[in-house]
Amino acid sequence: MKKTLGAVAAAAAIAISLSACSGGSTSTEAKGEINYWLWDANQLPAYQHCAADFTKANPDIKVKITQRGWGDYWTTLTNGFVAGNAPDVFADHLSKYPEFASKKQLLALDDAVAKDHVDLSIYNKGLADLWVGQDGKRYGLPKDWDTVGLFYNKAMTDAAGITAEQMAKLDWNPKDGGSYEKTIAHLTVDKNGKRGDEAGFDKNNVAVYGLGLESSGSGQGQTQWSFLTATTGWTHTDKNPWGTKFNYDDPKFQDTIAWWAGLADKGYMPKLETTVGASMQDNFGAGKAAINSQGDWTTGQYTGYKGIQTGIAPTPTGPDGKRASMFNGLADSIWAGTKNPAGATKWVEYLASSACQDVVASKGVVFPAIKSSTAKAAAAFKAKGVDVTAFTQQVEDETTFLFPIADKAAKVDGIMNPAMDAVVSGKAPASSLTQANEKVNALFK
Amino acid sequence: MTTITKDPPAAAHKMPQRSNRGRRRAKLRDVRIALLFILPAMIGLVAFCLVPTIRGVYLSFTEYSILGEPKWVGVDNYTAIFKDELFWNAMAVTIQYVAINIVFQIVIALGLALLMHRVAKSAFVRGALLLPFLVANVIVALLWFWMLDYQIGIVNEIISWLGLPRVAFFGSEQWAIPTIAFVNVWRHMGYTALLIFAGLQAIPHHVYEVASLDGASPTRTFWSITMPLLRPVLALVLVVTVIGSFQVFDTVAVTTGGGPVNATRVIQMYIYQKAFGESDFGYASALSVILFVILALVAFIQMKFLKGNESDLD
Repeated sequence: MKKTLGAVAAAAAIAISLSACSGGSTSTEAKGEINYWLWDANQLPAYQHCAADFTKANPDIKVKITQRGWGDYWTTLTNGFVAGNAPDVFADHLSKYPEFASKKQLLALDDAVAKDHVDLSIYNKGLADLWVGQDGKRYGLPKDWDTVGLFYNKAMTDAAGITAEQMAKLDWNPKDGGSYEKTIAHLTVDKNGKRGDEAGFDKNNVAVYGLGLESSGSGQGQTQWSFLTATTGWTHTDKNPWGTKFNYDDPKFQDTIAWWAGLADKGYMPKLETTVGASMQDNFGAGKAAINSQGDWTTGQYTGYKGIQTGIAPTPTGPDGKRASMFNGLADSIWAGTKNPAGATKWVEYLASSACQDVVASKGVVFPAIKSSTAKAAAAFKAKGVDVTAFTQQVEDETTFLFPIADKAAKVDGIMNPAMDAVVSGKAPASSLTQANEKVNALFK
Repeated sequence: MTTITKDPPAAAHKMPQRSNRGRRRAKLRDVRIALLFILPAMIGLVAFCLVPTIRGVYLSFTEYSILGEPKWVGVDNYTAIFKDELFWNAMAVTIQYVAINIVFQIVIALGLALLMHRVAKSAFVRGALLLPFLVANVIVALLWFWMLDYQIGIVNEIISWLGLPRVAFFGSEQWAIPTIAFVNVWRHMGYTALLIFAGLQAIPHHVYEVASLDGASPTRTFWSITMPLLRPVLALVLVVTVIGSFQVFDTVAVTTGGGPVNATRVIQMYIYQKAFGESDFGYASALSVILFVILALVAFIQMKFLKGNESDLD
């Protein structure tokens, strides 16, 4: 008796799991359940709101949202592609989609865009084009964008006698660092209370660093150094998107990195070895650094630390007299293996519409891709008491440059991450990046 | 070695096989029944060990990005690995880790085992020694990662309170591998001690009595009786721990991720990054095959050299 019961239970379990597998058989009708993944926990409430609205308008389609941290997100996604259980729709990144597209894991959206008359001109300039692959097909609809700015501790700048106007007008050059370095030096304080630009400053016993350090930035340096290198006229690749030759051997790039790494030698920035396992944001929150260069998506975190007044300044102007910020745009993509392409397309189009992006804007966590929604997001930030002009200004003044999109991003990262770590930790000179560049370029031969 | 007399060769124990028809038939029946009993385990072995291993060896001769079909490239992966600086770096880092880990683990475990055998006879103390081993590897790694943190870790707080400079345990190139080795020594020493302790208990008491009658000092007893009689167990422990520590991965993955620069990019981490980071499954398979061959050689040499399959007690 016991045996039969066990067998029945096993059979039932198999039947249940089988039916779970075959739950969404391929259909051309837009109904059923859509699985949607994203990585930013801060944005989860906004998209849950969107999903509820979407199901209200399309009662036949349910959206199940899963959030995973950035670290696990991509490996789980790749495993899902192979195992056949990847989400129907997922938040996609510019550094990842070229490989997915070349391996035929993404559904091209051209037909849907044409059929449903999706207006691509409503998005901020350049964002929609980022998602057109090397084969000329569109693999994502714009979701949000980000730029980089300087978060600073207002109590520290006040104590140092630096005004918000001065912070907003910093200039930089790779030779002496300009007023940017002077400010960083002045904001650095050692254990005895001596400032970084005073005589007798003890660089080995620093209490507050002028500039925080997150990581070496690998080959992209999105929030670490790209806002500096771009002002020298340097670009990551020969052309963007789809560059095949990288420029890490350019003296303009190497001089900038040498200057930046030099800040750690001078005691104005923590050493790279101390950043392992640490969070730059939390060190800022703990009052261990005065300025942090970071992306706008961390605004909520920076302005949320108790007892800390955070100001946001735009990145410094460079030798050309202009600012620069990397302009990164995320999008939602559809997995080629989805069992419900019609429903998935409908959901992606909804995510890319002002109906959803206005909801995201109202939460004041990121800047949606649609121009009108961007303005609403800025207003939502303002209502929370946060001035985000430092980020929007770069877009208005057109001082942004696009995220370098290239094939083999993971392999480039595999070479550049250790190479940049070695330079920033002072183990190798900036000129060693020439050798790394040769290795990177060899990938494209 | 000198105090022990060896028994006659082991061959004397074996029964000569006689080929008698009836016995052969009976034996055949036995084999069938035996196979029936082995079958469930065989299915597991074939499905989860043999097939993946053979497939891995096959993939090592291909270019395979997991999405799409493998493409045969012959020995290209192996020649590329031979010229790959990161592979040689990974081997050097792994060997450094194995050396530190093994030396400390075995010496400390041997000490603990002797203490368990002679002094700490309470089950509670013996059980407590095993506690670190009962905690999952990743938890242990994270625990030490926080405790050894540069800014807020308790260890650095104590170091700085003593007036010494803080140490970037996981962040500095010199400290990272010793730190990771230390974390794993801490976790595994109790378990290894338990294995050696079992070996100690298997040594008959009378040999110690004889030794003490002969007036041998404790040191002399240790080197001339305990160590030689413990040899098979030590050989087993050595083989198991060497193979285990060659495969170090989780501690590295949750702490340094292979950095700073390449200081902790151990071979398993490198394989993982090639496969799951860069989607280069063919190359990663070739690396795995090389690791497999190295481990098989190491195990073979150790067993041969330490005569781990025979005991001096016979």
